[in-house]
Amino acid sequence: MTTTPKIDSGIEDFKNDLGKPWRYEEDGYTVTRACAWSAPGCHPVGCGVKLYVNKDGILEKVEGDENQPITQGRLCMRCLTLTDFTYHPDRVIYPMKRAKEDRGKDKWERITWDEAYDIIEENIQGLKEKYGPESIVVFGGTGREGGPMCGPYGAAMIGTPNACYTQSGYACYIPRVAAGTYVAGVTYPEMDYAGGLPGRYDDPMYKIPEVMITWGKEPLPSNGDGFFGHAVIDVMKRGSKLISIDPRSNWLSTRAVYHLQLRPGTDTALGMAMLNIIISEDLYDHDFVDKYCYGFEQLAERVKTMTPEMAAEICDLDVDDIYGATRMYACADNAAILWGLATDQKANGTQSGHTIIALEAITGNLDIPGGQLLGDVSDSLGDLGFGWKELGPELQNKIIGLYEYPAYVGMVLNSHADLTLEAMETGEPYEIHGGFIASTNLLAGTCAAQPKRWHDAMVKLDFVFAADCWITPTIQCCADVILPLATYAERQSMVGTHYGASPNMLGAVVDAVKVGETKGDLEIQYELGCRLNPGTYERFKDFEDFRSEFRLGNLGMSYEELREKVVVQRNVSYKKYETGKLRPDGKPGFNTPTGRVELYSTMYKQFGEDPLPYYEEPQRSPVSTPELMEEYPFVLTTGARTYAYFHSEGKQIPLLREVNPDPLLEMNPKDAEKLGIIDGEWVKVANEFGECQLKAKVTPIVKEGVVHAQHGFWFPEEDGEEPHLFGVWRCNINELIPHKFVGKLGFGAPFKCVICKVEKLNK
Amino acid sequence: MRNGLLIDYEFCTGCQSCEVACQKEHGFEAGTWGIRVLDEGPWEVDAKTMNWNKIPTPTTLCDLCAERTQQGKLPSCVHHCLAAVMKYGPIDELVKEMDKKPNQVMFVPGPYICK
Ligand code: SF4
Ligand code: SF4
Ligand code: SF4
Repeated sequence: MTTTPKIDSGIEDFKNDLGKPWRYEEDGYTVTRACAWSAPGCHPVGCGVKLYVNKDGILEKVEGDENQPITQGRLCMRCLTLTDFTYHPDRVIYPMKRAKEDRGKDKWERITWDEAYDIIEENIQGLKEKYGPESIVVFGGTGREGGPMCGPYGAAMIGTPNACYTQSGYACYIPRVAAGTYVAGVTYPEMDYAGGLPGRYDDPMYKIPEVMITWGKEPLPSNGDGFFGHAVIDVMKRGSKLISIDPRSNWLSTRAVYHLQLRPGTDTALGMAMLNIIISEDLYDHDFVDKYCYGFEQLAERVKTMTPEMAAEICDLDVDDIYGATRMYACADNAAILWGLATDQKANGTQSGHTIIALEAITGNLDIPGGQLLGDVSDSLGDLGFGWKELGPELQNKIIGLYEYPAYVGMVLNSHADLTLEAMETGEPYEIHGGFIASTNLLAGTCAAQPKRWHDAMVKLDFVFAADCWITPTIQCCADVILPLATYAERQSMVGTHYGASPNMLGAVVDAVKVGETKGDLEIQYELGCRLNPGTYERFKDFEDFRSEFRLGNLGMSYEELREKVVVQRNVSYKKYETGKLRPDGKPGFNTPTGRVELYSTMYKQFGEDPLPYYEEPQRSPVSTPELMEEYPFVLTTGARTYAYFHSEGKQIPLLREVNPDPLLEMNPKDAEKLGIIDGEWVKVANEFGECQLKAKVTPIVKEGVVHAQHGFWFPEEDGEEPHLFGVWRCNINELIPHKFVGKLGFGAPFKCVICKVEKLNK
Repeated sequence: MRNGLLIDYEFCTGCQSCEVACQKEHGFEAGTWGIRVLDEGPWEVDAKTMNWNKIPTPTTLCDLCAERTQQGKLPSCVHHCLAAVMKYGPIDELVKEMDKKPNQVMFVPGPYICK
């Protein structure tokens, strides 16, 4: 009998490609082994792929590479359909330009790279001279190499401080990173899934987590931040038990011992109550708290204000489940919290993150096998800060939002999303004239709240260029030049879990095939940077020299060596707070002002935020706005991930579209019955901020009074010209998300907790 | 001995990689499948229990990847399954595997005898 060569099988009498070199010949194909990352967009999981290129130089098929120690041959449907993405007739594979007066029209004309660069240089340099470099904004997205490169695209390539991930309150990842950085001096404590250990789950250093909590995270389809989601299944097969904290039942929560189906946006109340139980029942790790925590007494005082009974009321949970789940987590020998995007997506998100780090710390689960793995001080978000120093203080201080939200803007060196939109609209603090759309489809209900406002601001810009694989609605409405972006099968780069900030693995992205004249983000940054901001790039001999510093930085290996190995697992060590590896000065402890995990955060205090976690209701909710509930009786949560798409990407690929053809609104059968809505019917969803149309999916996975909407839909098969723009406004759930409903530090926005009404379309 | 597919639906996550891997392997267009993941749920057993099983079911087009398995390779669905819950082999061995844990199902695809 044969089965997949997974660690958990044991039966292996079949032919496989274990031990094959990075490139080999087979049955008329040249097969290249590599790690997948962008484009298509995905978190930096770096799943192992074998790229089969035929004699004519065509990528004919993609299979999973069983040599990749984490994914071991497994692939999701998005990489399985890479050939359909690569050769899709709509794909942009040559540079193109369009006259400014033809914006919004399908009047693109093929040009050479030289001409494209000439046009960009002339326009961008002209705007820089006339209005200052700060008048140009780089609009960054997620999931492509251009996402984390948004900062360098701005500071290094163009010479503007204003790189902007346009999601209101940067409500994705960075609030969690901020909690990690400010409270514990680490980037992001990820669940340890033995990704860096040669023996994986059987490695003598490793121990599977006795208990896992998925908290506002659906890791199986999302693979957030490069964590291979199905590792959760791997460890569950080996005995890990699961607690799920999520307003929706997802398939995974049906396999959980406890499913705490809380009201959207109330996570901090739950986190505080859990801390309360652990402290009052003396379930915490005294030794760790004594040696490595700061402010335990103050935290204990604070969480007394949130009894489990109060949290049960606030979160709409059974209090016995809160007790049961908390004890199960705290009493486990080792336990891991997988904390997801949902913790970021509310104004109170920083505090949710704070409670989660505090839980991980006081239970002694930080940096132990099968607990929360910490990156050491030399692991960092690779692209952050490249070119920033060279900007000089005058330009640095012009970054939008620095004075209003220093904890946000100063940490991630991004202009504040909401204030950037306001600057584009009002010309305050100064006018914005140019833009670079770097791998973001921000209008398509992906990241920007109130996308029509962004649209109206972007179409006014004097000059806009873009790098992408597709003419998206965002590009169609305002870009003047498009640079064709390579897939991961067409370029050379590297991928690392958590963008390099987690000690799991690094993999080679390898060019197996040439398609049109596409280029990768690295080449675009270097080539355009040499023209637009030569001072920053003149220290590099050539592109290879630039790449090895920028991308391979502290790896200690050339690209060719990495390519030969395909994957490198990173050295893992535990309890680094004992060995000094968490601090630049090599002293034991954590990289915070007090050297400890600051349960009472001196950094928050310095920024004018409460140093201790507190609960705050979402700005719109049955509790904070009861007067609005008659008109808008539903709590709306949005944006759960699917296997078929990475946010707005993939709608043109028939095998993906078939899996998720229409944007769905999940609603409870009892609510549907009350409104006379039947499964599969199109409905109108609206609130005081906007409206859209979605297809009702009547399902018990959401509680009565809660609806969940899919995001990121546009319709590449429909009319792409203005004003229709591929139907991007019809189903755009982000129209219902308000502008600047952010937390005190500027982080977080209620993508997962507003209110709305639902109506039959033809009432 | 016939060959079959053994699937552990306690851990099948419904990722549908098997569907797409099969479509790509056989060149099937959208609307044609060699295997489909059927949704047995979600429905509430009681206030705290949700029944939800994903049952991947081979269609009449499943040829157990004859071409691949003749070369000694695994069927494409088995190879790519994200949860690693699919096994392929002679049914007597699969039956032994089946005895090891509950919540598994075995399919033995082949031509219909009625036609
Ligand atoms: S998670 Fe899916 S899209 Fe992302 S790299 Fe892996 S197979 Fe590719
Ligand atoms: S065994 Fe082959 S033909 Fe059958 S379902 Fe799996 S991939 Fe399709
Ligand atoms: S690929 Fe595996 S886990 Fe995914 S649906 Fe198919 S059988 Fe289930």
